[in-house]
Amino acid sequence: MNDLTMNRRTVLLAGSASLLAGLMPQMTLAQSNNAARMNVIAFPEPPTLFIGLDQNGSTQTVSGKIYESLLSYDFDFTPKPGLAESWDVSEDGLTYTFHLVKTAKWHDGEPFTADDVVFTTKEFLMEVHPRARGIFQNCETIEAVDEHTVRFTLKQPFAPFLMGFEMSTAPMIPAHLYRGTDFRTNPNNNKPIGTGPFKLAEWNRGSYIRLEKNPDYHGEGEPHLDEIIFQILPDAGARAVAIEQGQVQQAQFFDIEMFDIQRLSELGNIQLITKGYEFYAPVARIEFNTRVEPFNDKRFRQAICHALDKQLFADAIFFGLGKPATGPISNRTRFYDADVKPYDYDLEKAAALLDEMGLKPDANGVRRTVKFLRLPWGETWARFAELVQQQLALIGIKVEIEPADPASWTSKYANWEFEMTSNYPYQFGDPALGVSRFFVSSNIRKGVAYSNCTGYENPEVDALFEKGATATSDADRQAAYSAAQKILVEDVPMAWLVEVDFPTLLDKGYEDVVVSAIGVNETYRKARKA
Amino acid sequence: MSSPLRAVLSRLVKSVAVVLAIVLLNFLLIRLAPGDPASVMAGQAGAADQQFMDQLREQFGLDKSIYEQAWIYLKGIAQGDLGFSYRQNTAVWQLIAERLPATLLLTVSAFIFALIAGVVMGAIAAMNAGRSLDFIISVVSLVFYATPLFWIGLMSILLFSVYLGWLPAFGMMTVGAGYTGWDHVLDVARHLVLPATTLGLFYMAVYARMTRASMLEVRDMDFVRTARAKGLKSGPIVRRHILRNAILPIITLAGIQAGQLVGGAILTETVFGWPGIGRLAFDALLQRDYQVLLGVFLITSVMVVIFNIITDLIYRVVDPRMGASA
Repeated sequence: MNDLTMNRRTVLLAGSASLLAGLMPQMTLAQSNNAARMNVIAFPEPPTLFIGLDQNGSTQTVSGKIYESLLSYDFDFTPKPGLAESWDVSEDGLTYTFHLVKTAKWHDGEPFTADDVVFTTKEFLMEVHPRARGIFQNCETIEAVDEHTVRFTLKQPFAPFLMGFEMSTAPMIPAHLYRGTDFRTNPNNNKPIGTGPFKLAEWNRGSYIRLEKNPDYHGEGEPHLDEIIFQILPDAGARAVAIEQGQVQQAQFFDIEMFDIQRLSELGNIQLITKGYEFYAPVARIEFNTRVEPFNDKRFRQAICHALDKQLFADAIFFGLGKPATGPISNRTRFYDADVKPYDYDLEKAAALLDEMGLKPDANGVRRTVKFLRLPWGETWARFAELVQQQLALIGIKVEIEPADPASWTSKYANWEFEMTSNYPYQFGDPALGVSRFFVSSNIRKGVAYSNCTGYENPEVDALFEKGATATSDADRQAAYSAAQKILVEDVPMAWLVEVDFPTLLDKGYEDVVVSAIGVNETYRKARKA
Repeated sequence: MSSPLRAVLSRLVKSVAVVLAIVLLNFLLIRLAPGDPASVMAGQAGAADQQFMDQLREQFGLDKSIYEQAWIYLKGIAQGDLGFSYRQNTAVWQLIAERLPATLLLTVSAFIFALIAGVVMGAIAAMNAGRSLDFIISVVSLVFYATPLFWIGLMSILLFSVYLGWLPAFGMMTVGAGYTGWDHVLDVARHLVLPATTLGLFYMAVYARMTRASMLEVRDMDFVRTARAKGLKSGPIVRRHILRNAILPIITLAGIQAGQLVGGAILTETVFGWPGIGRLAFDALLQRDYQVLLGVFLITSVMVVIFNIITDLIYRVVDPRMGASA
């Protein structure tokens, strides 16, 4: 009995202590040391930190500090040194020679050499990375000239080749750990070894990822931060609270719902930055399945374009973080043509086009019912679908919204089981890398998402995109892409609505964080506490 | 063999069959949903080609027939192998083992809180039936019974974290603070308060309402009248006669709900960023990480079975008639 009493007391005491502890004012973070630390939201949790196999958005944000590529890019895409300190391009545009940083080391202490570059681009990426494959398949040879020099010789000119050395496109992979192994099951996939300024210290799955400074980093005096902690916060409300309370110092992309951005950016200690997303430059758009009625009729697609008020989308859905789009290429991507005439918001023109097609309103004012496959990436896209529904109702097109989770959406999109859907893929700085893939007929591949899923076919456009990719002068490239943009805007296999400005919310106590066209996915070698 | 032991063994044998059926059913159900891990990975990468999709499907074993996949999975389970998450490049048992303690801490705390608070509130209400205290408890129970769990979670974050600043809004510990020993325990306890209370409030309301109803029913029974006639005091009558009999349906319900709590934990874990298996399952579902999802289902099914067996045993202790009749 005595024992029981003791136990009850112990339990009561422990319980009370926990309760009291709970009621104590919250202790400040990091009181144990004075490390220069930055807390960043990671959402969703990266499935892996091995960027070679997974290019999920949050994987790029975290792994971008661990892995590097040969180059980095200024906001206007001017290449800057990364693991290559300099580079030469031959006059015929066929030979690219990179001179590597001589002091770079892998996190396990092995030196980074030209052999690693050859292995990465010739073997590793060609096997597992679809986007990189599209670039390096243009190479006739990739060879190590000496320990710190690599030469790429192309089969034919491929103008955007220099844009192919961004961290997520061509992350350098250690040859000594991967050569001759099954890349997808290599045990090192869970122990990321890069050359970057930060190393993985701890990953408490579901909770946080802690990166620590790499003391052997090749950048002199870099990095300046001691630690970066990525907090895994699955709930949008909790993410907003975390940045509001200063528990995290950075949120990026769509971490914070668009309607909360303005409020949080006015708190005083937080700055809103929209630079640093130039490489991605997404255009929020509606893709039409041009194989199915009535979307196979250009007039129907044009009517929809006239019926959607792009400025309203920019204001009501993206809360001013974006501007009306004019065509398939964003004004931040190379070879954008400002002279392409966008569709004006004109309900009468839209109605006239539908009348011309013979689609007359019924007793309820409905001309046609269509389905809209809703994009599942957050609240913004649910609102986007609802606004499309409201706007098209004004011209008698009744929109039924089909909900989907990420897997369902991707599967239906890839297998052409949709009538219209929204999307905002990245453009990767150059039409040859991020735009042509959606329009050239050679990329109509059932079952493959982010191919030409609308089914648009136009030999003239195919030829123009081919010319744009292989022409060596910028003038020739511009001419080809301008012509392609004009035809596409006339044919509208998609309705391009808003050039989205991704927001970065950053604590004002940090500087040199967003320094390149890939912004928050950069290495953070220069980031520092103010 | 003693009768309780025989009863437990009999339950165990039936339970294994039930768990196997659940595993097989889940295996087939998950595959009815459109999409697969390869399409999710392609979607999230924002780029894909046929070679990429084929490689992934071959690696995930999705190029085999569904029967073949099911057979391989069941063989693995029989050998204690829950499979491998190619998406997370980690064995499923490891992913679950990393997360299970957090979920157990959350659910057990919530469960204990709900049970104690619910039964005490219900008993107080029953003993004050028709008075204002009964009314207040009934209204409070109704409110927590009817309010969605995620809303309570968000409101409690707003109140206790944002406005009052008393408690942390998310996570299981203060990352980077480097607490050890007792400081670490206190840190986790502070993080636990909001999620455990949020998860427990609904169940507390259920137990309070049930305890009240059950006690009011027992209160009017003949043996209670006999106890009063014997001259027993009110306290012992309530504790030993009314509550002990009234609590039997609560135990049954609690046994069932203990398993359900893990399911309820998905929302709580999401709102509070609690790194448990509820969220692991939710993420796995979105990403069609079949092996992880099946692993979590298997573990939760086993937990439900275990809770039911424990309930049976407790029932026998609390109600001696069960032992006699078995």
